Amino acid sequence: MKKTKEGYMIFIDVNKKLCGTKEELNLDVCFEIKKGEFISIFGKSGSGKTTLLRIIAGLEKAKGIIKVDNQIWLDNKKFLPPQKREIGFVFQDYALFPNMKVLDNLLYVKNDKDFAMKLLKMAEIENLKDRYPYALSGGQKQRVALCRALMRKPKILLLDEPFSALDSEMREKLQNEIIMFHKEFNLTTIMVSHSPSEIYKLSDRMIVFKNGKIEKFDKPSNILINSSSSEKFSMYGEIVDIKKNDIINVAIISIGNKLIESVISEKEIKNLKIGDKVMVSTKAFFLNVKEEN
Amino acid sequence: MINFTPFILSFKLSFIVTLILLFIGIPFAYFLANTKSKIKPFLETIVSLPIVLPPSVLGFYLLITLSPNSLIGGFFYKYFNMKLVFSFEGLVIASVIYSFPFMIQPLQAGFESIDKKLIEASYLCGKGKFITLFKVILPNMKNSLLTAIIITFAHTVGEFGVVLMVGGSIPGKTEVASVAIYDYVEIMDYKSAHIYSAIMLLLSFIVLFIVYFINEKNKRRLHDIY
Repeated sequence: MKKTKEGYMIFIDVNKKLCGTKEELNLDVCFEIKKGEFISIFGKSGSGKTTLLRIIAGLEKAKGIIKVDNQIWLDNKKFLPPQKREIGFVFQDYALFPNMKVLDNLLYVKNDKDFAMKLLKMAEIENLKDRYPYALSGGQKQRVALCRALMRKPKILLLDEPFSALDSEMREKLQNEIIMFHKEFNLTTIMVSHSPSEIYKLSDRMIVFKNGKIEKFDKPSNILINSSSSEKFSMYGEIVDIKKNDIINVAIISIGNKLIESVISEKEIKNLKIGDKVMVSTKAFFLNVKEEN
Repeated sequence: MINFTPFILSFKLSFIVTLILLFIGIPFAYFLANTKSKIKPFLETIVSLPIVLPPSVLGFYLLITLSPNSLIGGFFYKYFNMKLVFSFEGLVIASVIYSFPFMIQPLQAGFESIDKKLIEASYLCGKGKFITLFKVILPNMKNSLLTAIIITFAHTVGEFGVVLMVGGSIPGKTEVASVAIYDYVEIMDYKSAHIYSAIMLLLSFIVLFIVYFINEKNKRRLHDIY
């Protein structure tokens, strides 16, 4: 068995055959994550992202090794059930218990009312504690699900496309909350996401998944920002961030699966804000040409 | 003056049968809803048989199986001094078998309707199967649970053929309401038969009305939300 390197907390080396919608897929990954890291998993639908998350949580079995803080969660002899893994899991569709009020959803995990109220206050939803899940909006449900996942005081927080059903404003708010919880509870977080802007904003490192295998594992800025190799001259995108400097203003724009940086003028900045949908175009004689490393 | 003994007997029988079936039905339906075994269709067929079999056929087989001369009936007679034919205990056993599908089918449908994510979420909250069943699964299928209980109860109150075959009509022991009506008609006491029948009709109507009313109310509540 491989030994976990110093400073690394989670070692994952798993293998599972999946019967996908189109063809069989062989999920085969091996990577290590440091304590306190925020990792995003990015890739097309059906590439095995969610399955990997479920394997880490213990909801699905697989061959291989999962080691967390020198404790074996999975190897050829042992399979630690989800109940015994120190994990918080936030489902894509929340999976709140419809028969319990918000506070009871949290207390179901652990009967610690003070801690539950603390979490609800941090998420600014303490006034919803006596509501049933059906009376909550999508964003509110998502926050309750997040609080519930944290009730176990998990070592690892797993998020399965947590923002996919939310509008952009709510998305931003929740992203900030996730960062806050991640830091406050010293969590190691693994998030599955389709959105480059989300990944860029939240994660320390990202895994690019292709056909069940890891294609890239690096900082999001190294993978996503690629300002000099656009093949098209005009594209539609969304402003993710605007950085104001003394001399120039830079907008980070999400186009397709890539983020680009673009200099914008003082005049343009007045009409633009984060979240705006924009068309980015350039004329041929303004293009940069650089040698590829 | 109306003799209410047959009604009391009917309700006592139904109450006991429903209670027994609830205990057997929950684990059995849970198993049926979750199993991927190849014997599932076979088990489902066995469970549903009492719906299509003529009650006289079921009653005949039960009479044979439960009689003191048979293996099972003989065993109970010898070791527990319990006669399973023409006795209240026999009626309970026969009714449990006869009403089995009416308990199992709504429960199985209920278990199958529960979102698997909720069960997984409960496991991820650190809870085992038992707590998940009682705190998450059953409370989220209240309608199915209620339907199963009421329909089983009502069906046991209303049964006739099996009861007559296995229990006969011993007043105060096995003469339930439905059998009593048959007896009154046989001796041409139409007045009593009328009264008994009207009471049964009214009770059946009320029971079914409660089921549909509650289901509709819950449906509307869900409709208001979305």
